[in-house]
Amino acid sequence: MSRLPVRKTYKLYVGGAFPRSESGRTYEAEGQNVARASRKDARDAVRAARAAQRGWAKATAYNRGQVLYRLAEMVESRIPAFESVCGGRAEVEAAIDRIVWYAGWADKLPQVLGGTNPVAGPYFNFTVPEPTGVVALLAPDEPPLLGLVSRLLPPLVGGNAVVAVASEPRPLAAIELAEALATSDLPGGVVNLLTGFRNELGPWLAAHMDVNALDLTGADGASAELEALAAENVKRVVRGRADAQSPWEIASFLELKTVWHPIGT
Amino acid sequence: MSELDRRAGDGVAVPAEWTYAPAPESREIVRLRERYGHFVGGEWLEPAESYETIAPRDEEPLAAVGQATAADVDRAVSAAREAYAGAWASLPGSERAKYLFRIARILQERSREFAVLESLNGGKPIKESRDVDLPLAAAHFFYYAGWADKLEYAFPNRRPRPVGVAGQIIPWNFPLLMLSWKIAPALACGNTVVLKPAETTPLTALLFCDVLRQAELPPGVVNIVTGDGRTGAALVEHPDVDKIAFTGSTEVGKAIQRRLAGSGTKLTLELGGKAANIVFDDCALDQAVEGIVNGIYFNQGHVCCAGSRLFVQESIYEPLVEKLKRRLTTLRVGDPLDKNTDVGAINSRMQLEKIEELVASGREEGAEIYQPPCVLPEKGYWFAPTVFTNVAQSYRIAQEEIFGPVLSVLTFRTPDEAVEKANNTPYGLSAGIWTEKGSRILWMAQRLRAGVVWANTFNRFDPTSPFGGYKESGFGREGGLHGLEPYLSFEDA
Repeated sequence: MSRLPVRKTYKLYVGGAFPRSESGRTYEAEGQNVARASRKDARDAVRAARAAQRGWAKATAYNRGQVLYRLAEMVESRIPAFESVCGGRAEVEAAIDRIVWYAGWADKLPQVLGGTNPVAGPYFNFTVPEPTGVVALLAPDEPPLLGLVSRLLPPLVGGNAVVAVASEPRPLAAIELAEALATSDLPGGVVNLLTGFRNELGPWLAAHMDVNALDLTGADGASAELEALAAENVKRVVRGRADAQSPWEIASFLELKTVWHPIGT
Repeated sequence: MSELDRRAGDGVAVPAEWTYAPAPESREIVRLRERYGHFVGGEWLEPAESYETIAPRDEEPLAAVGQATAADVDRAVSAAREAYAGAWASLPGSERAKYLFRIARILQERSREFAVLESLNGGKPIKESRDVDLPLAAAHFFYYAGWADKLEYAFPNRRPRPVGVAGQIIPWNFPLLMLSWKIAPALACGNTVVLKPAETTPLTALLFCDVLRQAELPPGVVNIVTGDGRTGAALVEHPDVDKIAFTGSTEVGKAIQRRLAGSGTKLTLELGGKAANIVFDDCALDQAVEGIVNGIYFNQGHVCCAGSRLFVQESIYEPLVEKLKRRLTTLRVGDPLDKNTDVGAINSRMQLEKIEELVASGREEGAEIYQPPCVLPEKGYWFAPTVFTNVAQSYRIAQEEIFGPVLSVLTFRTPDEAVEKANNTPYGLSAGIWTEKGSRILWMAQRLRAGVVWANTFNRFDPTSPFGGYKESGFGREGGLHGLEPYLSFEDA
């Protein structure tokens, strides 16, 4: 006699919790009923991201590196679950390796991207990278897991908080990843994952005055309109690649701060 | 020194009489033409339309300059494209470097001529154009010259390549210096340039064309078109421009970002600011007063990173404001070409009206105004150094960029409160901290959301030091290694 499996309800990941959409709506994707987030869910996600960002940025680089490494551990332990919602084992393994690769950058960025500047005067002058703040990203459709990981990790390792809109046709990998994130020691709200319609959520996030940067890798042809909305508060707009792995991907979500102090007795 | 025996308004002690004999810098060194065209492909293009550019100190017309049309801009972009596709892009970096070194040297050699013209056309005191603008402009060319053949060391594993044709739009507050911030890195990276100086201050950019002639820079590598915002818009909208670099107001910056949406054109924006200058009760008070004055009255406050919001810890509010007001009485406001002048002329009538409007709003909203006794010249555009006290964070003078010699004083009690108030603005270009406590400097510097933080100093600039904003103050950096990135494309990207 075979046992009837317990099915999962596919929900959003906002502020470290798994709420349904406040709108009560779902849509069908990959054979499942998936939450269809509303603009109010997007607003809540931005609020959660903003609230969490300062603490995440303030954590030591060593600590951020360890938390993200633990995310890799959490994905590794769920390989079978991930395999079934993306391109298979190879994609999951590539995603895990990419998380580990980015985790190692947390405490190396300032030395690679910043430094001291030899100004012509009696001043000590140095430049350090800092997170830009809250990043909204539209995840690419393919590859469903590796694409999301490739876009999510760069802003994350730099100390930003993220509101990510999952791929519309392939959202299950994102929801699976949310469950790994929730057990990775990443503070709630640092990553928020919304499932739903890109056309519906994208413009609200692009125009949101409390979002600092916008990643349009998964914008799917709507990027001109979204970029124009992003100008309202001079957002940093990133058009990345779904398969990129580079410290410069991190750099595009960082600000550079330069500090001067006189040298004297 | 019998300085404290007279009392002006507000009971502020002021010097009895500090008179200065006139110390005019001769303008004989500057030879202006009656008319200027656009500098395109190494030649002067006769403009279809012209306007007068004036000296803001007395509204004297200086020369007629061209108002470039979209067709003129198109010719300039074509010339830049032709030069780019020709010898320039394939010229070895070491050779590009030598052109830039030449330009740096010629600017040093002709620096007094440029300084006088800068003060004449822009209104800034000669001692600032002579001691700040010109040395820094030359230093920028010298610094970036050295990068031209070392780019692969700046960006290892990235195979840096030039972007192509850069369109550059610069403001009127540091005309030649902003030109150097734009042109030097662009050329070092192997691009060619179409630059539009500000409508009110085109003359040093036009004189710079003569430097290019002396340096024997190949024609079309640098093209200069003059005109107002219509010219700038034509440059932004030109389909054959690969990169736009803009320094100016946040409002125009947003319009440019919107206009370029979806185009793929590389963009950097250096926009407005409303910097917090934060003074703690353990600071070196007299040094802080000098820093405050330098922060807001340098260049008549026509500085995007000006320390226009002064946050004073409550316990030293009264002595600091007293000292500040007294220091204001010693500022010499007047002829930009006088070597004793501290505060020169406001750049234009339009800017003067904007300052007057915002100052009027400060009075209406309830702030208390202080201006030292000073006699302003009758002709030209002038505004006395101004301090507002009793300012609430919500007042327009505490929120909006005035871009004039107007300081708003606010107070705070704790470092946390200072950070909250300082960051309470859509801008994020610069900030200042005054305290003798090292750990507090670093604590504050970490928390202030600004691209440049000056601790126990203010308004320092250097070619090796990246400059640029957070939030609505723009994106991208100018200066230093980081200032190369906007002018390069990478194979990893």
